[in-house]
Amino acid sequence: MPRTSHWIVRRLSHLDGILLVLVLLLLGISLAVVASASGQSPARITGHLINIGLALSVMVVMANVPPHLLSKVGPPLYVAGVVLLIGVALFGEIRNGSRRWLNLGFMAFQPSELLKLALPLMLAWYFQRNEGLLRAKHFLAGGVMLLLPFLLILRQPDLGTALMIGASGFYLLFFAGLPWKVILGGGILGGASLPVMWGLMHDYQQRRVLTLLDPSSDPLGAGYHIIQSTIAIGSGGLFGKGWMQGTQNQLDFIPERTTDFVFAVFGEEFGLVGAIFLVGLYLAIVARGLVIAARAPTLFGRLMAATLSLNLFTYVFVNMGMVSGILPVVGVPLPLMSYGGTAFVTLLLGMGILMSVATHRQLNKS
Amino acid sequence: MRFATPLKNLDRELARFHARLKVGAIFVALLATALLARAFYLQIMQHEHYIQRAESNRISLVPTAPNRGLILDRNGRILAENYSAYTLELTRAQMKDLDATLAEVGKLVEITPGQLRRFRRLLSESHEFETVPLKSKLTDEEVAILAANRYRLPGVEVKARLFRNYQAGPGMAHVLGFIGRINDRDLKKLREDGREQNYRGSVHIGKTGLEQSYETLLHGRTGFDQMETDASGRAVRMLSRIPPVPGKDLRLHLDIELQAVAEHAFGDYLGGLVALDPNTGGVLALVSKPGFDPNLFVDGIDPETWKSLNESPERPMVNRVLRGIYPPGSTIKPFMALAGLELGLRKPSDSIVDPGFYSLPNSRHQFRDWKRGGHGVVDLRRSISQSCDIYYYRLAVDMGIDRMHDYLAQFGLGEKTGIDLEGESSGLLPSRDWKQRRWKQTWYPGETVIAGIGQGYHLTTPLQLAAATAMLANGGKRIEPRLVQAVRDPLAHVWQQQPAGVSGQVAINPAHLAAVREGMMDVMRPGGTAAASAAGAPYTSAGKTGTAQVVGIKQGARYDASRLAREHRDHALFIAYAPAENPTIVVAVMVENGGSGSGTAAPIARAVFDYYLTGKRPGDMKLEADDAAD
Repeated sequence: MPRTSHWIVRRLSHLDGILLVLVLLLLGISLAVVASASGQSPARITGHLINIGLALSVMVVMANVPPHLLSKVGPPLYVAGVVLLIGVALFGEIRNGSRRWLNLGFMAFQPSELLKLALPLMLAWYFQRNEGLLRAKHFLAGGVMLLLPFLLILRQPDLGTALMIGASGFYLLFFAGLPWKVILGGGILGGASLPVMWGLMHDYQQRRVLTLLDPSSDPLGAGYHIIQSTIAIGSGGLFGKGWMQGTQNQLDFIPERTTDFVFAVFGEEFGLVGAIFLVGLYLAIVARGLVIAARAPTLFGRLMAATLSLNLFTYVFVNMGMVSGILPVVGVPLPLMSYGGTAFVTLLLGMGILMSVATHRQLNKS
Repeated sequence: MRFATPLKNLDRELARFHARLKVGAIFVALLATALLARAFYLQIMQHEHYIQRAESNRISLVPTAPNRGLILDRNGRILAENYSAYTLELTRAQMKDLDATLAEVGKLVEITPGQLRRFRRLLSESHEFETVPLKSKLTDEEVAILAANRYRLPGVEVKARLFRNYQAGPGMAHVLGFIGRINDRDLKKLREDGREQNYRGSVHIGKTGLEQSYETLLHGRTGFDQMETDASGRAVRMLSRIPPVPGKDLRLHLDIELQAVAEHAFGDYLGGLVALDPNTGGVLALVSKPGFDPNLFVDGIDPETWKSLNESPERPMVNRVLRGIYPPGSTIKPFMALAGLELGLRKPSDSIVDPGFYSLPNSRHQFRDWKRGGHGVVDLRRSISQSCDIYYYRLAVDMGIDRMHDYLAQFGLGEKTGIDLEGESSGLLPSRDWKQRRWKQTWYPGETVIAGIGQGYHLTTPLQLAAATAMLANGGKRIEPRLVQAVRDPLAHVWQQQPAGVSGQVAINPAHLAAVREGMMDVMRPGGTAAASAAGAPYTSAGKTGTAQVVGIKQGARYDASRLAREHRDHALFIAYAPAENPTIVVAVMVENGGSGSGTAAPIARAVFDYYLTGKRPGDMKLEADDAAD
């Protein structure tokens, strides 16, 4: 028994205290909001608790995996992910007009989810391998590694996921030292190619953007989501209507309100004060992640910690921006808030990696 | 040296990494600022706007339609009432394929071709999100079948609705009118009157008759339930409630039994009859034959039935009492006689010798008397009782058209009576001025001659004749005929008498009036034109017969009813009141193509008087009430 408890303490010692407190706070809020949004549905709350428990276990496990081991997972995971994406392109199932799912017989699976972690891992592994020798060709190779899955996902088509994965790859290249002139040049080039992109976009993607610009143009269709969620947030006011008191929420006006639109429920019931607190929590997690990145002993750890932190906030921004009507509706859940097992596991897996980086301080010599 | 570069590179890369971390932190801070700025904009600056929108999302006003008021006859017999029934209604916007749905529904309950036609017509008049009835008065079994299959028939609903039932039959259709579904024109009018809100829960509105003219009273006030509703429109709870105020009940002057007697007395003839109380203007009976079944219209009439009603040569949709305009013919004579006395042109004892024709000075045209050879010596009383034309040709010429117009106008001839029904015609009381205005022509003396016997341009409605006759009966009191006697708030149970329809008084020398009334009594006495139809009556009466020409008779030719097709025969007219000394009822009858007033119109008036004054029904009249009692 003493040996067992000692083992448990050793395992838990790899958790970062500050990050853990922040994450648990968020999870507590998430539980309260999902309970309210689901109309206190026992099934939803139980499911949510199971997801949280599962995800927390994954986090603990990941925190105990030393970064140098983790980095070795990068290449095979990346290769597997890309192969599966090609498989999707060839044999994938079409749902809602796009080919995103791969039927594995026992379960349907979106390989693009895999790339969310596999791409940063692959790139971080690659730059770690070439630490100190970084030249233009390495960034070029990194760019290719980024573009391959990005384009595959883009043509599924799944613009939202492609952009999110592209962003995570870009952050990694950025922290690895991608020259500013390349970034600025790419930015200008990207801006100039926007009209071309528009032409290449699918109808429903164009509609989403147009609906964002003027939600009232389609009040019963796609605009309905945005209209109802902004009404919910706006009617919340400074202090909100109170937990379980949001009329937009309780009377079903907010669509997808336990998942993608959970922030509308939160904003309605807890107001601007709540929103500031919530954004503050996310900022604190990002800040802690950046501190971990700054202190990380290896390039792999630095790049992963910094990228995961920025990535987390990108999800926060895209989700809240969409729910409050400044970004188009893309299917991105609010990190650590929205109901949903896959997203929770992926996110806490990332938190586990952050903690691993934070607690495995000694230089790993290979 | 081989190690130096990578190490230096490592330092440089680390420094660059720290710098980039700061850029990353700033980037995140900017994103967070954007989010919070948006939250501030929505939750503080636009808060009022969004709280209102959340409220209007949440709260819906559900209108509750008031019960429509009942219509009762003077004895409290119900003429128009409400009943609740289940109807099958379809909403076009909620179904993919209308024809497929109709076919499905047709398998569950029987849909007749007429119902289908009516549905198509209503559908074409409605917006696609409106619910349109397909079949009403569903049986319990049909309701159960439809309810069980509702899940697979989106847009198909069974609704409990209030309907109107007119149990008094086709004879009352012209009085009661009917309600029908509110159409675009009704809606436009309601909007203009600012009454649209009050009809938010209503399906029907009065279209004709009393249902139309008393719409405001009958309809009542719509109530509103303030409900909290969820996104799918389901009511979650009631927040507040303004109950509907039911419409007022109407009690008529009309006696449904008297109405039935009058209608029966017409037999196969078409025409109109109105019976008034000369003292109050109350309408005791109002018959326009043929009638129609008003129940056909309540839930929308199918196009073919409508077409047959509308295009029938008998014109059942026209209220002949209000809208039928006919030359008054000889019924004008008592009024002419009174005019002659009042204007000082004649004395009661003045008499003429009637040779059977009359010619204007310097003219060879002969205006003939209806009786070949004339009536001999004729004074005022005889001029009425014998309906002598020559007497009135001369009187008219002595009077002149303008004085004739001005005097007769006091009796309301040529203008609307102001009855509490819409769509009344005003008829025409000719004058020199009118002819100039209307035809830009001068008045010819010959036109004055025939105006004296109610021919020519002169046009009146049976209702006008009745109202004018009432003035002879009541001593010059001008009345506005009224159908509604009293109004009741169904919650208060107290009948509120409506003001009597008296709108003025014409001063008449009693001696002059008595002379005219004597003449009219003579009409009913042996030797008078309508003596046959007054024979054996236990009360006295006074009247005047008349005929309104349908086809002109050539100079020198004879009118022979037996040789004319029925639709070319003259319309028979008769005005009368009884009892002669103290009149309580006035009647005007018009029988289309009835030939002579004495032959067809007067017997109808007799039947009405008999029932009203003695309770005696025509011998051959089958009594529904008695059947029901057996």
